[in-house]
Amino acid sequence: MSGPPIIEAIDVSKHYGSLTAVDHLDMSVPSGVCFGLLGPNGAGKTTLIEIIEDIIPPSSGEVRYRGKPRASSFREEIGIMFQQTALMGFMTVHETLKTFHALYHHAHDIEALIELCHLDDIRKQLNDRISGGQRQRLLLALALINQPQLLFLDEPSTGLDPQARRNLWDIVDQVKQDGKTIILTTHYMEEAQQLCDVVAVVDKGRIIAQGTPQELITHHAQGVRIILPEAAVQDKLAGIALETESMDGRLAIHVKDMNTAIETFLQRRIDLTDMQVQNPTLETVFLNLTGRQLRD
Amino acid sequence: MNFKRMWAIFVSRNREFFRDKAAFGWNLLFPFLLLAGFAVIFGGDDRKEFKVGVFPCPPGETGHIDGCVPPALQAIKPIQYIGFQNQEEGLQRLKYHKIDMLIQVGSDPLRYWVSDTAPKGYIVEKMIAGHLNPDTADLLARQASVAARPIRYIDWFFPGVIGMNIMFSALYGVGFVVVRYRKNGVLKRLKATPLTAFEYLSAQMLSRIFVIAFSLTILWIGCDLIFDFHVEGSYLDLAIVFMLGNLSLTALGLIIASRGTSEEFANGLLNFITWPMMFLSEVWFSLEGAPRWLRMASDALPLTHLLTGVRKIMNDGAGLAEVQLELMVLAGFTLLFLSVGALLFSWNK
Repeated sequence: MSGPPIIEAIDVSKHYGSLTAVDHLDMSVPSGVCFGLLGPNGAGKTTLIEIIEDIIPPSSGEVRYRGKPRASSFREEIGIMFQQTALMGFMTVHETLKTFHALYHHAHDIEALIELCHLDDIRKQLNDRISGGQRQRLLLALALINQPQLLFLDEPSTGLDPQARRNLWDIVDQVKQDGKTIILTTHYMEEAQQLCDVVAVVDKGRIIAQGTPQELITHHAQGVRIILPEAAVQDKLAGIALETESMDGRLAIHVKDMNTAIETFLQRRIDLTDMQVQNPTLETVFLNLTGRQLRD
Repeated sequence: MNFKRMWAIFVSRNREFFRDKAAFGWNLLFPFLLLAGFAVIFGGDDRKEFKVGVFPCPPGETGHIDGCVPPALQAIKPIQYIGFQNQEEGLQRLKYHKIDMLIQVGSDPLRYWVSDTAPKGYIVEKMIAGHLNPDTADLLARQASVAARPIRYIDWFFPGVIGMNIMFSALYGVGFVVVRYRKNGVLKRLKATPLTAFEYLSAQMLSRIFVIAFSLTILWIGCDLIFDFHVEGSYLDLAIVFMLGNLSLTALGLIIASRGTSEEFANGLLNFITWPMMFLSEVWFSLEGAPRWLRMASDALPLTHLLTGVRKIMNDGAGLAEVQLELMVLAGFTLLFLSVGALLFSWNK
């Protein structure tokens, strides 16, 4: 996890008129990890990742690949799955793969890729006549076609149903096992928790926290949430200073020490039959760090 | 430059064109229908160039109202007579240029009305006056008929239709499509690969030239079977001029393709370029005798030089040496458009 960085962003900024999308940001991604960029909509994740991918230029700062400025061979060594992209029309899945295969010097075996990304059933279908999940698997296959050392996945599972999402995660997991470095942007906490070794929380163009998912939870989301029916609690907790939240006849109580809390509830004869306990997740970290206000 | 990458893009673009059955069919059918339509409208030997209204006559046209038209006027071949029951009806048609002249039959001398703003009215007036005056024959001495093979209107018009087809196909096939690709992210996806802008644009251009050459061959064979065209010059020379014209127009398409993501704007820009080019490049009619500034504007358009070259070879039997000016101008346009297009090109939105 602490290997030499495969890619670094050094003091990178990007301005669109008066809007600052990325603000003097430093980022270093060690080789062989899955690095997640987590942030609310409009946080600057996609802008940052596209600067690192060399799709858009930064307004200032620099990006280094294996310690050097990116050379023309950079595109031979990376794979990109964009958030929104179309493909050339009137081509089958297999023809699309063949076309992209021809664009690289060292490309993956197409059949192996079809097997890895479960595309065999749709290889003869036109690329605009496939389902959302199939399409994301095809885009992932295209990102992997040159056997990249560094793979960028920009919100890969947005819009997918739970089955398709988990299927995609399984494939990404297999890619991780091959020792590839992955940079992934997402606003799905579960995705970040499932796939990422390191997560950076991005907000307003800056990284505001970084670490393994567990480190982030430990540092930024202490305690647990206990949820009880309001009818069971009534006014039995009067006089105790607690952080509570009322939700549809249920009361969420944020406590730092689970044992002390349970002891208190039992002393005050609160019925714990319908009690639920929620451990902190990345979502807790996310909300604690970026606030609960709605973002566009 | 990597030929494998260029070939991959060339093949994918060709697939897109040939598999889009509706667009492909229309590309072939449209010029053919246009040509067939014009052949039917203007192809007949007894084509009437002028329309003259006569009153008071029963409603109808030449053939049905012969009894109403004075015998001296019936002999004038290019005139079609249309009968009106009264003067008011005839003047209404004259006002809207539906007829070129109105004559009151039975009056002596013949009373007539023409529109001061219609050039055809002036011509038909002089034609009828000359025909009715027996002395005019003594003022002219016809020497001989031109013995050369007659050039039918369709022979003159055919290169225009072909040129127009090349223009639309080149400009929309490159300009519009690349803007659409930029808008929907295809270009961004390709930018993420080792493909260079030069390779991509070259492949686009070569693909368009290939599909235009293919469509042109089918169109030419089909039209020749029906209309029996005669090419005075060499087919090879003709192919060279077409190829160079095709190149210059496709390169012009690359300039439109170089920037922007708005298909509406691209469409407007394409209309802004194609419509004046269609009217000023002698697709439909000759600009012989047009004002000097108009002819200079016409000379600044690649389609003009393509059509001049093609017509010289096809109708006049010219060789490459006689169309070298057109070839040089087309080559110059190609280089200019390619340089500007490559300079302005952007993958991103």
